Amino acid sequence: MNASLPVPAIAGRADLEAIAAWVAPGASVLDLGCGEGVLLQYLKQSRDVRGYGIEISDANVLACVKNSVSVIQSDLETGLAGFDAGSFDYVILSQTLQAMRHTEEIIMEMLRVGHQGIVSFPNFGYWPQRLQIMRGRMPVSDVLPYLWYDTPNVHLCTLNDFEDFCAAHGVRILERIVMQGARRISFAPNLRASTAVYRFEIA
Amino acid sequence: MHFDTPLAFRSGAQLDAYDLTYETYGTLNAARSNAVLVCHALNAAHHVAGFYAEDPRNVGWWDNMIGPGKPVDTDRFFVIGVNNPGGCFGSTGPASLNPKTGRAYGSSFPVVTVEDWVEAQARLADRLGIARFAAVMGGSLGAMQALQWAIAYPQRIANAIVIAAAPKLSAQNIAFNEVARQAITTDPDFHGGDYYAYNVVPRRGLRLARMIGHITYLSNDAMMAKFGRSLRSGAINYHFDVDFEVESYLHHQGDNFAEYFDANTYLLITRALDYFDPAGACDGDLKRALAPAQARFLIASFTSDWRFAPERSREIAKALLDNRADVCYAEIDATHGHDAFLLDDARYHALVRAYFDNVARECGVETAVA
Repeated sequence: MNASLPVPAIAGRADLEAIAAWVAPGASVLDLGCGEGVLLQYLKQSRDVRGYGIEISDANVLACVKNSVSVIQSDLETGLAGFDAGSFDYVILSQTLQAMRHTEEIIMEMLRVGHQGIVSFPNFGYWPQRLQIMRGRMPVSDVLPYLWYDTPNVHLCTLNDFEDFCAAHGVRILERIVMQGARRISFAPNLRASTAVYRFEIA
Repeated sequence: MHFDTPLAFRSGAQLDAYDLTYETYGTLNAARSNAVLVCHALNAAHHVAGFYAEDPRNVGWWDNMIGPGKPVDTDRFFVIGVNNPGGCFGSTGPASLNPKTGRAYGSSFPVVTVEDWVEAQARLADRLGIARFAAVMGGSLGAMQALQWAIAYPQRIANAIVIAAAPKLSAQNIAFNEVARQAITTDPDFHGGDYYAYNVVPRRGLRLARMIGHITYLSNDAMMAKFGRSLRSGAINYHFDVDFEVESYLHHQGDNFAEYFDANTYLLITRALDYFDPAGACDGDLKRALAPAQARFLIASFTSDWRFAPERSREIAKALLDNRADVCYAEIDATHGHDAFLLDDARYHALVRAYFDNVARECGVETAVA
């Protein structure tokens, strides 16, 4: 791969940039709920990554085909039964964890199929959301743009919740990036972060 | 096109000389990089698109997919359709005269395999000066040929378009084929396959074979939607003649088919389906069987296809993924069963169109070839 080739930016997706920075060059990646394949395209062009996406939506599968991204049309909720154990270096789930019905299963499946898992999700503990709840309303924001009756999100959590989950399920967190918008933060993350990205493995 | 070099079959038999009938659409570009081979399935042939001036009703079997401005755009690609050896649409087959005997080959025509067909197609490509296909595509049995191309000639195929496929037949698939073959071979007019000499056609057998086949091409839902329990005369007549519309439809399909299709060809083609099993030579390991493949793959299946269900296509996609090949696998939500691969479905055609847009870019024919 010629390093001087122009590399597409991942416009407006700071979490994807963080994820991409963690992926070792030449690695193999499975991107669950890959959307239009933007991350995989970026990883292929910038880091020579061998990547595959899984998508359920016809429109996104079509977009992946247009973007020359390898994609398998499949429903994540049925698990990753078609994938061999340890067959990928990284299994990525970006901005999809909160919309999964079978949360425990998918995290465990990610770590069966991949050596490491990477997730990004909106932090439900982000203070403007807490404020909205204190005012007696379900939160609606940039990262959680849905009304309560029309949302794909069924398993929202805070940073603390996710870290407790990992501890209880034998998952070792290797790295964490917390962000407010595109800006990385460190102080009081569970209150101030709108988005979190974690890299983890089996403890 | 006539070939004088003997064609050796997997079975050990050979044809000393043979003809292949083919059609082409579009223009081969100067770099000879825009050729697309379209492989036919059970009952079709080289006539994949368009119609003949003298026979405007004889429209190609994949005309909704292939043609000017269509998903496989013949303004950009040079498309080749070929009737496989053993066929009954012009290429050397059981009804052809055996020059050694002066009679039709009949029962003496060698049993052909998908591998044999690909070999014959490769020779045609040689003669046409095509060193490498931009794509080889097919549905059902045609898709098996595209897979075989990727395995046998990895250097000669840039893209494989594998639609409504299976990596091998299931016991149920083989069982249906066997019932169809039995219908033909037990027809008193079959004469052990040498019916040409008697000037008869095992029409009843062919008709039954086609009826059985047709049931497996359609989904239960599609049949219910199309016919339901509609009655031909509006009432039950307490007899065994046609009462239900679905019976009338099957009879019509069977009658038509028996008029134009050769019974021996039907036997040969169903056998080629049965025998296809590239993983068989690799202890059943499809990943290993597909390891030589270097092509990029587009694989599509249809949710209501129970003949070659989506799981069968997923087996292929998984093996390719395990080999780290480039593969896009789409599962099209369609109601028509196996036949969906021949029908005009917006999502399906958009997918193939998008894929071929990329193929066009790769082989430098983004605009029409003059």
